[in-house]
Amino acid sequence: MWRRSASFILDDERRRTSNSPPMADNTTRAPFQNPDAISAYYQTRAAHHGVITSDWLAQAQAAVGGVSGEEHPDSSVAELGKEKTFNVIEEFNGWRKQPDLAEAVAAIRALAAVIRASEASTMMELEIELKKASDTLKSWDKTSISLTAGCDLFIRYVTRTSALEYEDFNSAKSRLLERAEKFGEISCKARKIIAMLSQDFIFDGCTILVHGLSRVVLEILKTAAQNNKLFRVLCTEGRPDGTGVLLSNELSKLDIPVKLLLDSAVAYSMDEVDMVFVGADGVVESGGIINMMGTYQIALVAHSMNKPVYVAAESYKFARLYPLDQKDMAPALRPIEFGVKIPVKVEVERSARDYTPPQYLTLLFTDLGVLSPSVVSDELIQLYL
Amino acid sequence: MESRRNPRAVVDPKVRQVGFFTSSQPDSTYQPDPIASESHPVVSSISPSGNSLSPVMIPPPRHNSSDTFPLRAAAAASAVSPSSFSYSTRRDFPDGSMTASPGRVSRASFSKPSSSLPGVGMDSMAAAKSSSVPASGLTTVSVVNMPPGLSEKESDQKKNSKPLKEKTTKAERRALQEAQRAAKAAAKAEGGKAPLVSSGSVASTNVKVTKPAKPSSQKNDVAAVAAGPSEKKGGQAEKDRKKDAPHPRMQYDDESRVVKAKRRAVVKQTEAKNRVELFRHLPQYEHGTQLPDLETKFFQLDPMHPAVYKVGLQYLSGDISGGNARCIAMLQAFQEVVKDYSTPSEKTLNRDMTAKISSYVSFLIECRPLSVSMGNAIRFVKNRIAKLPITLSESEAKAALQSDIERFINEKIVMADTVIVKHAVTKIRDGDVLLTYGSPTAVEMVLLHAHELKKKFRVLVVDSRPKLEGQLLLRRLIKRGINCTYTHINAVSYIMHEVTKVFLGASSVLSNGTVYSRVGTASVAMVASAFRVPVLVCCEAYKFHERVQLDSICSNELGDPNAISKVRGREDINYLDGLTNNANLQFLNLMYDATPSDYISMIITDYGMVPPTSVPVIVREYQKEHSLV
Repeated sequence: MWRRSASFILDDERRRTSNSPPMADNTTRAPFQNPDAISAYYQTRAAHHGVITSDWLAQAQAAVGGVSGEEHPDSSVAELGKEKTFNVIEEFNGWRKQPDLAEAVAAIRALAAVIRASEASTMMELEIELKKASDTLKSWDKTSISLTAGCDLFIRYVTRTSALEYEDFNSAKSRLLERAEKFGEISCKARKIIAMLSQDFIFDGCTILVHGLSRVVLEILKTAAQNNKLFRVLCTEGRPDGTGVLLSNELSKLDIPVKLLLDSAVAYSMDEVDMVFVGADGVVESGGIINMMGTYQIALVAHSMNKPVYVAAESYKFARLYPLDQKDMAPALRPIEFGVKIPVKVEVERSARDYTPPQYLTLLFTDLGVLSPSVVSDELIQLYL
Repeated sequence: MESRRNPRAVVDPKVRQVGFFTSSQPDSTYQPDPIASESHPVVSSISPSGNSLSPVMIPPPRHNSSDTFPLRAAAAASAVSPSSFSYSTRRDFPDGSMTASPGRVSRASFSKPSSSLPGVGMDSMAAAKSSSVPASGLTTVSVVNMPPGLSEKESDQKKNSKPLKEKTTKAERRALQEAQRAAKAAAKAEGGKAPLVSSGSVASTNVKVTKPAKPSSQKNDVAAVAAGPSEKKGGQAEKDRKKDAPHPRMQYDDESRVVKAKRRAVVKQTEAKNRVELFRHLPQYEHGTQLPDLETKFFQLDPMHPAVYKVGLQYLSGDISGGNARCIAMLQAFQEVVKDYSTPSEKTLNRDMTAKISSYVSFLIECRPLSVSMGNAIRFVKNRIAKLPITLSESEAKAALQSDIERFINEKIVMADTVIVKHAVTKIRDGDVLLTYGSPTAVEMVLLHAHELKKKFRVLVVDSRPKLEGQLLLRRLIKRGINCTYTHINAVSYIMHEVTKVFLGASSVLSNGTVYSRVGTASVAMVASAFRVPVLVCCEAYKFHERVQLDSICSNELGDPNAISKVRGREDINYLDGLTNNANLQFLNLMYDATPSDYISMIITDYGMVPPTSVPVIVREYQKEHSLV
């Protein structure tokens, strides 16, 4: 109980003054264990973490080092079809090189560029081009929900304008371009908007539980720290990606007190948590979310202990899916390293994500505002009708 | 609830009081209804203040005179009906909706003005003009043709009215009543010209519906099907129309209204004598008496169109059942009507045709109460008629109408079903065990299509007495080679553990996500939800309705009690045969029930797959679409 008060700040001081290394959290928690007798199993895992961490960092470095920008601006205007689609992927990759940019936003920007570079002379042709480009992008990563949703929403948003009735194709096209740019802008700024909206929900002395590395949630916490709010973060490990560790690195750079938890320690620590923040891979029509494996578990535990679960998701992630249960989604598998050899006969559950039904979620923070889960369908109907 | 009932003197165990009542006192002004059986509750609620309703029922303020709303609420036993005026003041009246009022039981009959009638009697005609006195629920609406005697009673009641009703002064109310009486007289004079008020035909003038005591007056269904946007447009013809169609959700507790309705009815139905108290507000007739009678009258139809007559008979005999089938049959009959229609002299096509349609609708109501799908379709038809440009010639107008109706059937029913099937089939996986209840047409199409797509699944058909509709579905599925299991609803909790998904059909989906469908659906959905099996409801969007229903009682349909007492083909267990008229035993054969939205996982419509919370959004979009069309 004493942990729930703001006195954790004092504890923090105490902890900082005693020179215990961050990774040895385990040891401070279990005083009766011999701190030096870390089993070989855990040692391997630690090494693995190390690998993943530095690997990702290396990638990020390379990404930042690369030039982000559009390639093939208007040179390939003369060719159509295949050249164009190639163009789209190039654009997409170009945009994607920015480490902070979400995939879907890169896709949206690429599609906007398609309109700009398009040579079509009728609206129908333009729409067909757009559709083709979007299909190409979607096929680049079939399992990414936000990519698919982003592309679909973009096309709906852009073409849903009475500008299409205009006689003059050029003015219609420029109108489309306008909307496309606007959509791109909104998507880019989405994170900032969400971060601003969620500031009201973070109060001084609160304890936030986060799961895995979500850039939106990171943005939220960054902004909160910048606003000089005092809070601390419990961060789950996020196996198998190890994203929790990455997040904790980021947070510690911002001087936010962070504690790493095993995924299985969530229920154990839920008592001292005030709210749960998660991101989303996609928001489905029922108002539920599809997110990294483990989110459903956390939401269930939080719900049973009456803790609010807040989802931070940009609006381009609203997808026209409606899973009825966990298996009702397109599978997304990823390799899972256990650190030891697993016999061939043993099956491994390799799904990378799960579905959290809307009744376990409290609020959605989106760039459209702070919404309740049932509003998602409302928005989608209005857009798709 | 029991503890609260202690102070009450038990007068009649047959009378179930719903709501909170203080000890009853005999009301001095109570006049025993001669028609009523002994089951008329004296108890009805007469609290010391003379209020028939408990203080707990507080009507939501709706009208300008909403300040007059105190608890007395609706009081009233008497019919308080929304009347057409409310119709004109409120655009979005759901057709035929009636809100529940827990205090309903207390309404014994019109002649029992036990509670003070707050009201200002509002004549529907006058009401339209004097919409300032809608007086929220507290209004007693007088029937257009109310015999003077009753009007007097009203004024008497007014004298007794509670001090609570101080806001509208007596003088005001009196003035209003005078105005209404004058209007009524005028209406009567005009009424003679109404084309449809011919002998022995159609519907009563009785548009007003008996209102549940409570202020549900706000909701209102207003007059009849006749209602409709066209109502507002045809202000004058309003009167005629009103005369023709009784409200589809007329409350049948009110003796005098029932008598009036019967007088104008084509179908002579004898009311069932032995009725369940709680459902006295729903019509119940002796089954099997009208069909032969009507069949003989086939060639004396004068005002009735043969196509409509035929459809009515088909409803009566149960040959056509199911929301879609009934709606399509009715619309096709209307197409015939339009085809054979010729405008009488000195009448405009819009008004006359609408009046005709209303009369046919009231005939159909007498045969069998309207389903929500039919109500929406009728609203659409009247809308189209009203929107016909005056400049069109008669044949053009008729052609336009016919094509509109054809388009409605095609788009909203046939193509909607294809879209639903397309969406639903994506949810069926190999190895699924699908449960369905009854015989919903949409679900049948989904299953057949999924089978065509070579998906491997098996079906569990759950059935129930007395209709045993599941057997029809079963036959059709088996003919196509689908692996089926058949069981009755008593076993649904036994087999639910092997079910992976439940597909249900719906007669309608209401604004709060409640699914209104065949009785038994709620039980199946509840059991499924307890076993955490997803429940998918397949329903076309035209069946959505903006009203809200909280229970299965306030609005329902009563079937033939003999169907329950008799088990066909099993003479050995017909213990209840012949007991239908026993005073100690009442049979209740409900046709519909309401499933709360918590048990529904998703609704599959032609607008896609939506959660139950999105139904009001679709209703809103749908109306927008319609007003633009």
